[in-house]
Amino acid sequence: MARSTGRGGQGGRGARRAARTTVLVATRKGAWLFHGDPQRRSWRADGPHFLGHIVSHLVLDPRDGRTLLAAAKTGHLGPTVFRSTDRGRTWKEAARPPAFAKAADGTGRAVDHTFWLTPAHANEPRVWYAGTSPQGLFRSEDSGASWEPFSMINDDPQYREWMGSVQDGTPDGPKLHSIIVDPRDPKHLYFGMSGGGVHETRDGGKTFRPLVKGMEVVEGFDAGSVTFHDPHCVRMCPTNPDRLYQQNHCGIYRLDRPSDTWVRVGRAMPKTAGDIGFPMVVHPRDQDRAWVFPMDGTTVWPRTSPDGRPAVYETRNAGRSFKRLDAGMPRKQAWWTVKRQAMAGDTRDPVGLYFGTTSGELWASRDEGRKWACVARHLPEIYAVETAAFA
Amino acid sequence: MNVLIPTPLHSYTGRKHVLGSGATLRAVLEDLDRQFPGIRFRMIDEQDRMRPHIRFFVGGHQVYDLEQPLSATDDLRILQALSGG
Repeated sequence: MARSTGRGGQGGRGARRAARTTVLVATRKGAWLFHGDPQRRSWRADGPHFLGHIVSHLVLDPRDGRTLLAAAKTGHLGPTVFRSTDRGRTWKEAARPPAFAKAADGTGRAVDHTFWLTPAHANEPRVWYAGTSPQGLFRSEDSGASWEPFSMINDDPQYREWMGSVQDGTPDGPKLHSIIVDPRDPKHLYFGMSGGGVHETRDGGKTFRPLVKGMEVVEGFDAGSVTFHDPHCVRMCPTNPDRLYQQNHCGIYRLDRPSDTWVRVGRAMPKTAGDIGFPMVVHPRDQDRAWVFPMDGTTVWPRTSPDGRPAVYETRNAGRSFKRLDAGMPRKQAWWTVKRQAMAGDTRDPVGLYFGTTSGELWASRDEGRKWACVARHLPEIYAVETAAFA
Repeated sequence: MNVLIPTPLHSYTGRKHVLGSGATLRAVLEDLDRQFPGIRFRMIDEQDRMRPHIRFFVGGHQVYDLEQPLSATDDLRILQALSGG
């Protein structure tokens, strides 16, 4: 079965049979597909698609292995979603992209861009979820052709307070991201908001509740206020949906349900690296293994590789310790930033890992991070990296 | 009326000059959307606000209101005010 990373997957024998990996790269100026040979040694660039469009996310539907969705806009036109069912040879625009309900008094919000795309449960084969900036949650039941506001959160006064204003979010707008579907129950969903915390529903979106206990906030602010929580990336373990990992503005966390208290496992990171960053990847078959890409969160928060020496860090024991993995990367003067959607893994054995930098380089490891090689450079600023195995 | 389409929207129309009809700017844009599905939302958001950097000119004068009356002899020029890099 084909799948894209970044959400609960199947792993196991079926995934290991996948012969080829494609890396889906979304950038500030378009999208590229990098098709790997069976050994993942050489990569063929296919692109640009949508040259000049800001592409926030490009995702393959793992349920059919052929439907690609791209969240796109230009710097000046409104946002939309494109769909392809032929590996990106042709694209068709959504008839109704994600858009908030119109407010009678003219004060309603407008979607600036769709930021995150998540295929829904395997038993809902045409359903997708989308997260937007400013924060909104949307659902499509026709493979991305039309989208409707989903659940109560978009217009709920309490959620609107937790979302804050545009000034409370990231520089290019506050985001709703990390939409996660429990593979055991299509009504059990999680999402994160930057800012605005992590949230959970068990009734298919009729109600949501915050899940921020144990998460820290910037010094001097009240961790009891959901508003101040800034999860950067939340991941569910494919082999154990009761385990979540999170890279937060304030550290790396693990949550083992039914507990609702996050544990800051990032305390085990070396002090020289710290535990600040954006992306997080979980091993497709081992709930104790995960990878992060730490960035400098000191002084004015440069959010570049600490000391100009980039590295991925891996835990093999659920966050009790971390090991530096940097073979093949520059030893000095590499001031990389990797955004929250810009790191992914495939499901092959050994697992392939991939990340893209804001300076336009795509890096890959085909042995679970032991050695790294640059696949492409001179791309535009990379916003998102996903993996895909086409049917 | 004649409508001049900016290049970023030629992917919808396939050409820079198209014909639109309607008694107001709102009606003309709705007519364009019927002819070229999706084009209106790229210019007007879901709250019926003109998107930043999208400008409408009629007879050389900028129009700010979707209810602006138009006649069949007017020329509507749509401009994308490009900025940034």
